[in-house]
Amino acid sequence: MITSTTSPRIGRALATALAALALWPCAVSIAGEVVDFEPRVRPCYACHGDQGRATPDGYYPRIAGKPAGYLFEQLLHFRDGRRVHDEMSYLVDRQRDDTLRRMAEHFAALDLPHPPPAVLNTDATTLEHGARLVREGDAARELPACTACHGESMTGIEPAVPGLLGLPQDYLAAQFGAWREGARRAREPDCMAQIARRLEPADISALSAWLASQPVPSHARAQAGPVRQPPMRCGVLENAR
Amino acid sequence: MSRPLRWLLGAVVLAAAVIALIAWRGLRVDAPHDGATPVPRIAADISDPVARGAYLARAANCRGCHSARGDEPYAGGRQIPTPFGTFRSPNITPDPETGIGKWSDTDFWHALHDGRGPDGAPLYPVFPYTHYTRVDRQDSDALFAYLRSLPPVDRKNRPHQLKFPYDQRWLLVAWRALFFRAGTFEVQADRDANWNRGAYLTQGLGHCGACHEARNALGAIVSDEDPAGGVVLDWYAPSLRASDGAGVAHWSHEQVVALLRDGVSAHGSTMGPMAEVVYESLQHLHAEDLSAMAAYLRALPQSEGESAPRVASAAHEGDKAWERGASNYAKHCADCHGDRGEGKEDPGYPALAGNRAVTMRSPVNPIRAVLYGGYAPGTAGNPAPLGMPPYHATLSDQEIAEILGYVRGSWGNAARPIASFEVTRQRTGPLW
Ligand code: HEC
Ligand code: HEC
Ligand code: HEC
Ligand code: HEC
Ligand code: HEC
Repeated sequence: MITSTTSPRIGRALATALAALALWPCAVSIAGEVVDFEPRVRPCYACHGDQGRATPDGYYPRIAGKPAGYLFEQLLHFRDGRRVHDEMSYLVDRQRDDTLRRMAEHFAALDLPHPPPAVLNTDATTLEHGARLVREGDAARELPACTACHGESMTGIEPAVPGLLGLPQDYLAAQFGAWREGARRAREPDCMAQIARRLEPADISALSAWLASQPVPSHARAQAGPVRQPPMRCGVLENAR
Repeated sequence: MSRPLRWLLGAVVLAAAVIALIAWRGLRVDAPHDGATPVPRIAADISDPVARGAYLARAANCRGCHSARGDEPYAGGRQIPTPFGTFRSPNITPDPETGIGKWSDTDFWHALHDGRGPDGAPLYPVFPYTHYTRVDRQDSDALFAYLRSLPPVDRKNRPHQLKFPYDQRWLLVAWRALFFRAGTFEVQADRDANWNRGAYLTQGLGHCGACHEARNALGAIVSDEDPAGGVVLDWYAPSLRASDGAGVAHWSHEQVVALLRDGVSAHGSTMGPMAEVVYESLQHLHAEDLSAMAAYLRALPQSEGESAPRVASAAHEGDKAWERGASNYAKHCADCHGDRGEGKEDPGYPALAGNRAVTMRSPVNPIRAVLYGGYAPGTAGNPAPLGMPPYHATLSDQEIAEILGYVRGSWGNAARPIASFEVTRQRTGPLW
């Protein structure tokens, strides 16, 4: 029988091909063709740093190593106007969903060392306040602990919750501001927008300062998910793609 | 009667005559096209008028202008920058209060064909009724049926922000007298059906000339005699009738179709507003319509005049700006575009040597490419395009001018250098 003699060979060839693909995380297939995405994301390095590893002392957020679902969601937000940044939106404006998903997967698969955290001269009381909010929240104001969704080690939870470490202080503060003003939106119900509106300006400075000054554990990855019992409803956790 | 008085009277009579003429020409309503000469039927195989209207709206890219990012489609609000100020497109969903819900199909026809609102007020020609006027009544009705089928969106129109005197809508009466006649599409009997189909699509629905033809100081298209492109949305849309502009007569039929459908061809790719035209409109057209457009574009008479006059390649030794340009090119650009501007085959980075987009008289497109970067549009034929990085944060205006001066003057290119103020000018305004 022909199949019995050829199929193991085909199987082995297939296995080798698959193994090769696994070793080459940026090669993905679009419309049946294998496409290397590294050259396709080079324009991103202009702002997000080499391979998306941005440093904490600028404004641009790191994108390397964040959960793919989260990154994909953000690219859709910029393209479709739920997050606002003109130059960022311009680049993804006329791209198809599958391409943006591949870009997200490309960056998610990277495991690059983190630089040491920014050195800030924030006073100890402020930092303590930030740390407490992150770990415990504030029940009186219906503020859940950030770790409930972002993970005990704050490195995020697959597939849609990003880590909070290694981000610039200004960037963090700007995100809470954008959520409060409606310039950043996630899927409804938008839990982060509700949380941001419950924060006082002093909370925002404390959270941004504390988070930006924490070292990132080496090989930090988002922990396996999904978030088991989110303390609030988040659209993105309900229909994680 | 004393002489001065007679002069005065003469002047008054003359002025009255001119005003009457302008008013007559500017206010007249041209007899609507009765459909005596049938226009090429686009998407004739779609029998449902709403679905056919949806296709025609794609071909005319109504959605592109009438939707703001992140808002409901067709609810308006998109900013359209022009030399006269910034326009805000209106809501054309069927909401009765804020959209066009109270319009009749005849009101809509007057807008599309004759550039007038239901109250007879003239519309600004930034709405390209100057081209849509060639669309016939049957297609207009299909477009209207489609717009009526959209979910109504309650969104008040925002006022345009125009400079004086352009904010005076009544002045459009004079503008229309001088520059606009409602028209119809005339089938050219000496051309085949395919050419006529392409002409109807390109001149009418596609309104390609709204961007690709030069306008005078009052925004009227003037390039009929002398092909020149137009500045639009801060980009330069070169003439489709200039082989050193956007003319494609010397390309193969397949390459022209590829450019329109996929946004890239072997000869060049689309950027900025043209990338939007491909993404929103052209990539969705049926093969026979693309083929007809390509045939029409390839048959356009061609001339030259878009490339900057060749400047003698002076000796650049000791020219500090040139040297800085060369070394910054090597540092920032050569990786992708090649040491000698030859580009790369795999992956396909465009050559800058001998590239007409780089040596054009108007340098705004290469300046915008370097400032803001960008990708060709993602289409079925080119789903994962390569992109150009933005340099607005890392390079100064002076550095960009020097690099482009070097690029425009090297490897056989011989266009004039660029001044840094030309780069500075491109740093403001919405991105397209
Ligand atoms: C012109 C600079 C610039 C370039 C180039 C750029 N970005 Fe961004 N990007 C930004 C800025 C600024 C932000 C943060 C915007 C904000 O404040 O919300 C951002 C945010 C993001 C985010 C959200 C990050 C997060 O943690 O929420 C993602 C994902 C992203 N960019 C991906 C990309 C990809 C992929 C590319 C290449 C296709 C790219 N960016 C190119 C400027 C840029
Ligand atoms: C109920 C779950 C939940 C809780 C609690 C929560 N987050 Fe989030 N957070 C999310 C989700 C989901 C996202 C991703 C939103 C999106 O898709 O844009 C997010 C995103 C963020 C981001 C954006 C990160 C980036 O890279 O741009 C920041 C910053 C953030 N959260 C901070 C906090 C802080 C600080 C707290 C505690 C005060 C907190 N979050 C509590 C669910 C939560
Ligand atoms: C280049 C951008 C652009 C394109 C393309 C465009 N429009 Fe418009 N349209 C405008 C602007 C701007 C106005 C406002 C003109 C004015 O105020 O006089 C307008 C006005 C209108 C009006 C009048 C609305 C009112 O409330 O008075 C209608 C109807 C309309 N457009 C329909 C369409 C249709 C249908 C298409 C496609 C066939 C289309 N437009 C394509 C920019 C555009
Ligand atoms: C909104 C303005 C706009 C409209 C409408 C428009 N174009 Fe363009 N087009 C441009 C600009 C700007 C460029 C120059 C940038 C580029 O090369 O992509 C361009 C470039 C081109 C090129 C040259 C591409 C190359 O690589 O050399 C062709 C051909 C072209 N357009 C054809 C068309 C046709 C056909 C239509 C009508 C269906 C059309 N354009 C409608 C703005 C427009
Ligand atoms: C990461 C690779 C890369 C680098 C680095 C790069 N480019 Fe590009 N460039 C591209 C790609 C890809 C395109 C085509 C973009 C498109 O199709 O929209 C392009 C387009 C252009 C264009 C428009 C050409 C045309 O045919 O319309 C110019 C001009 C240009 N680049 C100049 C430069 C200059 C000057 C530099 C250095 C400051 C540079 N590029 C650096 C990849 C690159």
